[in-house]
Amino acid sequence: MEKHSTEQLNAVCSQVRRDILRMVHACQSGHPGASLGCTEFFVALYFDQMKHDSSFNPDGKGEDLFFLSNGHISPVWYSVLSRSGYFDTEELKTFRKINSRLQGHPATEEGLPGIRVASGSLGQGLSVAIGAALAKKINGDDRLVYALMGDGEQQEGQIWEAAMCAPHHKVDNLIASIDVNGQQIDGPTKEIMNLLDLKAKWEAFGWEVIVTENGNEITQVIKSLEKAKSLLGNGKPVLNLLHTDMGYGVDFMVGTHKWHGVAPNDEQLENALGQLEETLGDY
Amino acid sequence: MEKILDTKYTYTEKKDTRSGFGDGFLEVGKKNKNVVGLCADLIGSLKMGAFQKEFPDRFFQVGISEANMMGLAAGLTIGGKIPYTGTFANFSTGRVYDQIRQSIAYSEKNVKICASHAGLTLGEDGATHQILEDVGMMKMLPNMTVINPCDYNQTKAATIAIADHEGPVYLRFGRPKWPIFTPADQPFEIGKAWKMIEGTDVTIFATGHLVWEAVVAEAILREEGISVELINIHTIKPLDTAAVLASVAKTGCAVTAEEHQFNGGLGDIIAQTLVRNQPVPQEFIGVDDSFGESGKPEELLEKYGLNAENIVKAAKKAIARK
Ligand SMILES: Cc1ncc(C[n+]2csc(CCOP(=O)(O)OP(=O)(O)O)c2C)c(N)n1
Ligand SMILES: [Mg+2]
Repeated sequence: MEKHSTEQLNAVCSQVRRDILRMVHACQSGHPGASLGCTEFFVALYFDQMKHDSSFNPDGKGEDLFFLSNGHISPVWYSVLSRSGYFDTEELKTFRKINSRLQGHPATEEGLPGIRVASGSLGQGLSVAIGAALAKKINGDDRLVYALMGDGEQQEGQIWEAAMCAPHHKVDNLIASIDVNGQQIDGPTKEIMNLLDLKAKWEAFGWEVIVTENGNEITQVIKSLEKAKSLLGNGKPVLNLLHTDMGYGVDFMVGTHKWHGVAPNDEQLENALGQLEETLGDY
Repeated sequence: MEKILDTKYTYTEKKDTRSGFGDGFLEVGKKNKNVVGLCADLIGSLKMGAFQKEFPDRFFQVGISEANMMGLAAGLTIGGKIPYTGTFANFSTGRVYDQIRQSIAYSEKNVKICASHAGLTLGEDGATHQILEDVGMMKMLPNMTVINPCDYNQTKAATIAIADHEGPVYLRFGRPKWPIFTPADQPFEIGKAWKMIEGTDVTIFATGHLVWEAVVAEAILREEGISVELINIHTIKPLDTAAVLASVAKTGCAVTAEEHQFNGGLGDIIAQTLVRNQPVPQEFIGVDDSFGESGKPEELLEKYGLNAENIVKAAKKAIARK
């Protein structure tokens, strides 16, 4: 894959943010907050880091794989998949509407290219990613597995079952990231159920832990993912604490849980789009 | 212009049944100081905020940890508390089935499992959240009472009534704004079916949101000269067997209507009851062994064959099979 410049990647991010907002606005539902916050991460993965094939083979042999555990941020994933060639951008119009392949939460049933397992019920994605990473090892496939989780999602017990399991089985072809935005549905994670020191927790479970201080700066995200790769192959999985701002890119959405799962109205959409350049053409 | 139907029950306002739960929860909290609440990061969605504000010492935000929440609830009963747990129906049942089975149902704990966003009418979130199997899972558990009220008022009444019932209860309600067509001051008797409309040709047994669809279906069928008996089965377990049998003895056929899979739902338990006692033709309105999908509630009810029109067809079919 040809390398994209930082300017090109930022241009993609701007378009992806427009897509996210227009998608949730059109159906008046869905989750813009963390979709906006994780835009740089998705663009870094699909436009820079991962070896992947948009003609889409479900078993992904010889490719890097990505699993989204916090499935509610489907808008950013759908936008990035379509912008990287998995399906026509026009299809983004059908998001969350009846008879669509773009289900509210990612699903395989309708056969949307790029999706390998359903998610939406939180806490399950890391286990699936570990399974896929183990399959790669059995197959002698040296490509990598990536996963993303939410920080609120860390409150689910299954996460910690998976956390214990991966180092035990020396799953060192896996990079899991946590979207540390400090927010969840009912409020700041600190107030809802304090996560305390995630770095110490994951380290105690046997993971290599790295921190991305600013997950909304694409060069930093790429640097972190490069570092993560360099740590693999030594018997340990890597955990990336990806600090982002929920709602990043739209001034009135940033840094609050209020936009976790609320769609903008006509006026708010116009205001938001005014802050984001149309770089690749709206669908 | 659509013809206005002469329904036997009418409404002036629509409200979500989860708000009926939220308002009932606050009221029962005032009446009974043993009532406590737990919620897994969905206080807003479940409308539990008013109770939390009024009784902060009797309410626990547990974060996104549903399995943990069920265990905490079981433990709270040991100190004499009456815990109401709140999360979406999917995460109230399938997610935590074994926790409910062992720590609550088998252990006979007085926990009220309050489940919102049940069924297709949850809408755009799609199949991952749209549980259509919860009634089956819950009614299979010994000791469990299963209640699925039909509108805001009935949900509020049920929420208050379950505090006085000793034993585990599954209370199922939903997300969309829905007609309020039952009275505000209704008594709610667990396990007692409510004959809403008397008739002679066919009995419709309906539960949850589909009771309203059945009210509409009755009006359509009446215009065509068909006399419908409509029974509101708010309590699916224990089923009011006497009321079911008395009605079909008169009408000779049945339709069941629910926002659930055929497998495991209201239709199943009515069929069992009829087969054992008094077999008559029965038609099923529900989801036929498939997952749901994203869409608007009305669109989904239409696509999956759950609206009044489908109930009308099923009633005619049941009558023809007599
Ligand atoms: C098992 C489960 N419980 C509850 C929910 C409802 N829910 C969806 S997103 C969310 C909050 C997630 O918080 P976080 O992981 O921090 O994501 P963010 O809000 O940052 O997008 C909750 C509780 C769910 N989808 N799955
Ligand atoms: Mg978060």
